[in-house]
Amino acid sequence: MTRKKRRLYILGLFLLGLGTATALTLTAFQDNLVFFYSPTDLQAKKLPPEQLFRLGGLVETGSVERSGGGEARTVEVRFRITDLEHSVPVIYAGILPDLFREGQGVVANGRMAPDGTFRARELLAKHDENYMPAEVAEALKKSGRWNETVGTGK
Amino acid sequence: MQRFANPGRFLRLARAVYPWTAGLAVLCLAAGLWFAFVASPPDYQMGETVRIMYVHVPAAWMALFVYTNLAVAAAVLLVWKHPLAELAGRAMAPVGACFTALCLITGSLWGQPMWGTFWVWDARLTSVLVLFFLYLGYIALSNAFDDPTRGGKAAAILALVGVVNVPIIKFSVDWWNTLHQPASLTRLDAPAIHASMLVPLLLMAFGFTFYFVAVTLIRIRTEILARRLRALQFSQGASEVAAASPRQVSA
Repeated sequence: MTRKKRRLYILGLFLLGLGTATALTLTAFQDNLVFFYSPTDLQAKKLPPEQLFRLGGLVETGSVERSGGGEARTVEVRFRITDLEHSVPVIYAGILPDLFREGQGVVANGRMAPDGTFRARELLAKHDENYMPAEVAEALKKSGRWNETVGTGK
Repeated sequence: MQRFANPGRFLRLARAVYPWTAGLAVLCLAAGLWFAFVASPPDYQMGETVRIMYVHVPAAWMALFVYTNLAVAAAVLLVWKHPLAELAGRAMAPVGACFTALCLITGSLWGQPMWGTFWVWDARLTSVLVLFFLYLGYIALSNAFDDPTRGGKAAAILALVGVVNVPIIKFSVDWWNTLHQPASLTRLDAPAIHASMLVPLLLMAFGFTFYFVAVTLIRIRTEILARRLRALQFSQGASEVAAASPRQVSA
């Protein structure tokens, strides 16, 4: 075996070991690497009541209620976050992101109240991976190929 | 491949290839920017903000592409000990760091209006930040030794350790829940991006790639010439010392 070949094998083994170590570490920290829990995760997890966490999913269609000043954007908003299997009621007071609307993906940061509602302190909108001009979106809606809860595709 | 490891042959090749890559970069970037800012429609939900994507996404691709090239150069340096691989690594690292910084900056400018925040510590954003630090670490380490070949070798090891981050960045949006959206272009079904927006995106990506090749060729050429100059100065200095020393003795 030449020296070059030996160095090549050492490099290969080194990368293999490094890859395995990284994979094991990431698997072990799986729980800490997710940015948010879905309502279904929440059912399975049984988090302690005072735990601060992020809850992510879609704003359930027809569930948004604004209390107070009508169209003003800083009033208290009640809605449900759903992953189409389970849903959790959410109360949020603060500035809503531009993309917030029914059917939109959102991530809320807060904790569960004893009455089973999620009190959000911060609300972020999640953008999906679909990009298209408004006319195309209109055309899709007209032709009935539009899926309101998840956008197009899927 | 080994034939081009000869610096003289590389210089001749670089001189022939450089005008083409530079010209193509200018053409693609000009056309791409025109499509991105003028001739493409606003998005149905993002509006005009979609135009940030035409810089952000190609910059992110380049950040990964340049790092992959850097890792290949590092492997070639460590296994075959080609001096040109060390120069290539040195030449590419700052370019990659700039692409990564551009990606992070444009991304947070997009995130503020769309998500409602400049920055979150989700898996995608954090792993790209780590990539940026890897580039900075590579640059710092390769210049940390008096002997540049030792610095190049140490930095090459760092580059190879960091290569595990590349698949993590790519698949972070699929493996974990992230705020960052998943890939639009590499989906197995039709790409989730309309043709009118795909054209500027791809033009910008090609423009960035040609720009990277052109700039890297110049940087490697400069580095080769700088090394030659240093070698010349060194030998000249040595002969001056040799010429000067008898006089010192006589004085």
